[in-house]
Amino acid sequence: MAESSVILEELKKLAPPAELRRAPVIENNRGLGALTDQLSKFAEGKIPRWWWILFIPSAFCATVIFPAALIYQVSVGVGVWGNNQPVAWGLDIVSFIWWVGVAHAGTLISALLFLTRQHWRTTIGRAAEAMTVFSVMMAGLYPAIHVGRAWFDWFMFPIPNSNGNWPQFRSPLMWDVFAVNTYLVVSMLFFFMGMIPDFAVMRDRATTRPRKFILSLVAMGWTGSARHWHHYEKAYVVLCGLCTLLVFTVSSIVGLDFCTSQLAGWHATIFPLYFVIGAVFCGFGMMLVLLIPLRKWCGLENVITMSHMDKVAKLTLVSGLIIAYIYAMEFFIAWYSGDPYERWVFGHRLFGHTYWVMGWILIVVNVCVTQLLWFKKIRANLTALFIIGILINCGMWTERFVIVVGSLYQDFLPANWGKYIPTIWDIALYIGSLGAFFMMYLLFVKFLPFIAISEVKGATPQGNPHLPAGGAKGAKP
Amino acid sequence: MSAKPYGILAEFDSPAAILAAAEKVRDAGYSRWDVFTPFPIHGMDKVMGLKNSLVGWVALAGGAFMFLNIVGLIWFANAFDYPLIVGGKPMFSVPMTFVPAYIMMIMGGAGGALIGMLAFNELPRFHHPLFNSERFALVSRDKFSLLIGSTDPKFSETETRKLLESIGGAHIEIIED
Repeated sequence: MAESSVILEELKKLAPPAELRRAPVIENNRGLGALTDQLSKFAEGKIPRWWWILFIPSAFCATVIFPAALIYQVSVGVGVWGNNQPVAWGLDIVSFIWWVGVAHAGTLISALLFLTRQHWRTTIGRAAEAMTVFSVMMAGLYPAIHVGRAWFDWFMFPIPNSNGNWPQFRSPLMWDVFAVNTYLVVSMLFFFMGMIPDFAVMRDRATTRPRKFILSLVAMGWTGSARHWHHYEKAYVVLCGLCTLLVFTVSSIVGLDFCTSQLAGWHATIFPLYFVIGAVFCGFGMMLVLLIPLRKWCGLENVITMSHMDKVAKLTLVSGLIIAYIYAMEFFIAWYSGDPYERWVFGHRLFGHTYWVMGWILIVVNVCVTQLLWFKKIRANLTALFIIGILINCGMWTERFVIVVGSLYQDFLPANWGKYIPTIWDIALYIGSLGAFFMMYLLFVKFLPFIAISEVKGATPQGNPHLPAGGAKGAKP
Repeated sequence: MSAKPYGILAEFDSPAAILAAAEKVRDAGYSRWDVFTPFPIHGMDKVMGLKNSLVGWVALAGGAFMFLNIVGLIWFANAFDYPLIVGGKPMFSVPMTFVPAYIMMIMGGAGGALIGMLAFNELPRFHHPLFNSERFALVSRDKFSLLIGSTDPKFSETETRKLLESIGGAHIEIIED
């Protein structure tokens, strides 16, 4: 014992000063057992009042407004929306890009941060993955009804048929079909695989027979064998690698939809990158909006700590700075290209008529408000972070509006110019999809393991066999 | 209740304890044993002598299968079955197939990873002899268990139990098959 204490003393001397030390993944750590109790408590307990207060309006939007908007649009036609020539892409495509964007930060947190071994991601990874899955579901719906005749959606898939028609694979719109579907399938696989060990935790804790039966089915007989973990970890790292590819691919392809066209304001090589970063930025905003209330209401303030919020805020700032750079670049290239149509479109984004307010909202919110995150005081203030998160989501929605509508409404011939005013059905569909997202998210928070229990336990000092907390006798240097 | 048990289970309190116990069981010459932990233990693969998991290769196979399939499909659809001239470009060229093939490669790889993981782990499996043990439910919580299987050539109810006792195992119990 004397020897081990000497080694510990030496280790303490080598340790970095307090301000450089990493914040612990979880605070107030009372051991693995207590942690398991805490993390599974919410899913096992009674449904709290705040849950119902949020769930009922979301479920109303999801089950009344959403189907009403869908049925009316599908039975009457796309004419119920404000879309018309020249603005053929309206709120449906704006919302599609927005939802795909929200999904991206989830994958970035759960997959890319895993590959870079950021242990703090363990506590928020699952919440982020769920955000991805549900928002891709919402995103996928928009193009499916935007085509107008939703009953011909199967034309988009390469299915042999008696008409002998095949998709045209050179079109980025076709690539979109593959990208969004792959994103949905892969993020669901990833989400489900990550939950298998946590289903086993909940199965072993289940007290009622029906609960035990259902959880046994979804846990698929997981025992926690080292051999199982061995294959599981490999599959996890492969899935993380593939999901990371998706972060950079799906929004790039959505960007290609625009930049392969000839339209001024769309025809820019920066678009794929622009859409990826915009997506991530918007998703981090959504992450702040979701996590700040949930950590408080679910009693997880020691698990999703202030240090986590600080890191999410810093990532938001980084992506916001890249977005600011891209905005500047877009305007610069429009001027530098000397193309009168490009200059016209970009000039009108800020100083035109009808939509100039949108352009300024974009600058003020996405560029200026984000700069507040430089300050530690703001990053430590949850109310401020929550408001910034909502503003970023609105700002990024506006950005997509500016890109889609702002470029379409004035094309090369003044005779073609027109306006786009969303109708109530455009807005109802968006509200319905928001409701469906929040309804599914609330169901997930209440009934599924909202925090990756086994991953968090593995990231604590008690889970490390080489640390004294993990039972090691005298830590090795 | 069969004559031969499934194995003997012992419980440990910390990741370091199970790691040390696994080393001792391995050094005692046992070959058919396993540890059960709430999360993967760093260093356990090495102690158990587990080689690189083949799941990565299954994922690669899934990805390559999908990639080549989509390239073939695009050739078949746009160049062979219904030749389509788009922008005066060749009927088929490799770059045009890249994006869909690449995207579907990701889907194939992900499917391969999940299916490979389940297949190698022989999951789903809804019954396991270990689920008969009441203490085993704690493994998903904060306990770490080590099982020596009865199929091990060195297995003996008394000797194996003694070994597990000597390396600090608690709640030693015989698991019936």
